[in-house]
Amino acid sequence: MPKINFVDTTMRDGSHAVKHGFTKEQVVSIAAGLDKCGVPMIELSHGDGIGGSSYNYGFSKVDEFELLKAASQQIKNGKLTVLLLPGIGTIESLKQAYACGARAVRVATHVTEGDVSAQHISAAKDMGMMAVGFLMMVHMASPERIAEEAKKMESYGADYINLADSAGYLMQEGVKARIEAVKEAVRIPVGFHSHNNLGMAVANSLAAVESGATYIDATLRGLGAGAGNTQMEVIAGVMQRSGYDIGLDFYGLMDLAQNVVEPLMLRSQVIDNGSLMLGYAGVYSSFLLHVYEAAGKYNLEPRDILVELGKRKMVGGQEDMIIDVAYQLKQGK
Amino acid sequence: MNKVKVAVIGPGNIGSDLMYKIFRSKYLEMGMMAGIVESEGIMRAASHGIAVTTQGIQDVVKQKDIKIAFDATSASAHLKFNGPALKEAGILSVDLTPAAIGPYCVPSVNLDHVQGESDINMVTCGGQATIPIVYAISQAAGVAYAEIVACISSKSAGPGTRANMDEFTETTSKALEVVGGADKGKAIIVLNPAEPPVMMTNTIMVQVKDPSVGIEKISESVNRMIEELKTYVPGYRLRVPPVLEGDKVTAIVQVEGQGDFLPAFSGNLDIINSAAVAAAEKIAERMLKEEGRL
Repeated sequence: MPKINFVDTTMRDGSHAVKHGFTKEQVVSIAAGLDKCGVPMIELSHGDGIGGSSYNYGFSKVDEFELLKAASQQIKNGKLTVLLLPGIGTIESLKQAYACGARAVRVATHVTEGDVSAQHISAAKDMGMMAVGFLMMVHMASPERIAEEAKKMESYGADYINLADSAGYLMQEGVKARIEAVKEAVRIPVGFHSHNNLGMAVANSLAAVESGATYIDATLRGLGAGAGNTQMEVIAGVMQRSGYDIGLDFYGLMDLAQNVVEPLMLRSQVIDNGSLMLGYAGVYSSFLLHVYEAAGKYNLEPRDILVELGKRKMVGGQEDMIIDVAYQLKQGK
Repeated sequence: MNKVKVAVIGPGNIGSDLMYKIFRSKYLEMGMMAGIVESEGIMRAASHGIAVTTQGIQDVVKQKDIKIAFDATSASAHLKFNGPALKEAGILSVDLTPAAIGPYCVPSVNLDHVQGESDINMVTCGGQATIPIVYAISQAAGVAYAEIVACISSKSAGPGTRANMDEFTETTSKALEVVGGADKGKAIIVLNPAEPPVMMTNTIMVQVKDPSVGIEKISESVNRMIEELKTYVPGYRLRVPPVLEGDKVTAIVQVEGQGDFLPAFSGNLDIINSAAVAAAEKIAERMLKEEGRL
């Protein structure tokens, strides 16, 4: 069985769940723990990628470059990784992240818009960084279309392609078809990122691996947008028992989740009704907390806002449209 | 005839749309459409009886009667060739590329200040759609920080935009400060592939310096600005009127294009072209007055 590479994104996707409030002390403990447990890629940035600190996505409590610097001092074996969404983050911000110790970048675009990553992937390669082509909201496109976008990213120099089920919408067959199509289309490895909105994150990650994915995203305690991500310590146990070479300290991850991550969580990472509706309606997971806020402000039911966002086919990064939807719903009442 | 002759350089989608807008103008007359190869855009212009060339800028500068040129090529072409050549020939440049040799121009805000320049830059589509609102708010309450999110349909984002996402965010951020009056600016762009294509939508979020001014004064200032904008972008409208929470003002605007050459959902392309033509018209009007032709 192939070696599986884990990408921990507790300090990136998990940033949504703590409202971008990570402190230096917290990232120091998490980064040091992950590195000790053998996690090869450790992602840290604002939830919406570097440069994401804003009104629209929430301001970072501590500047992400300060956090990167602090984490980087703790990481001896793994690669400190950042996320970058073209249109939000820039090559300038990537250079700054590199100066703070980041050595890999995942350049994320909506699933049909891979070509906006060309500039950033090639800049990363020029800087000697590992570059990953990251396609978001993969439930919104067919396997064939996703394969085309993956090929584009491969041609820009991506080292592997990551498919993200950003809405936690897919079931196993949907994951399988997409991973297989991309595997067939490109010569580089393929990875998968999931959200647990329909309770499928661990099962879908396993399905991805069985379909040929060799990179898997996970977070400690599942800390992440919506109902959270594939839970790191759980997938580690599941895959170890299934006979995969995970190269991780399973007990170490469990302890890190319980002793370091759990105490800093603002809410438990359960599938509440809002999260369930994200997965059901196919809405970008990080919209959740913003939807709760808008629902409170406009005195609306969060579900109604979520369903309307799904109908309008809003994509990652369009948090501003939550206010638009809430306002229009209110006017219609 | 009381019109100023203009050239359009770059007969692509933007150039063709500009041509149709110029046909409607009171003060501008299409003198030449310039490209570097035989193309649909060149043929389209020729079919309307417009002089065309495939010698690009070389032929434009030879035309004695052309006073203004719209550059709808690329930043590098404007920087290296078109900008300098037009300046030498004494032809005023309206630059629709991100080159920005000359100052930024947002007609409803600063046209009077820049119309003496030999080269004016039209910022970005997102900039044309949001800077006027930021400026209106800054006039009323001062702006410490301005953030905008521009959403355009995937279909209206051409290869130029796609290959240069950073140019969009960086140029727009800077212009939010220089023209919009914010101490600090931040711009975000999102492409949405939904079908049917989404209209261009822009969210403006600002931190005001003096919230005690109150939402009424801020809204008045914004509404006045929108009336002004509508004189050259008829499809501009408020989707969500300004809301004040603490010291934060949020407003959402939508831009529907006029459908001259590009479809109505391409409000992003319409607004930058409409702004370019509005700026050129003001300049032409002044030229005509100076020459005693008006």
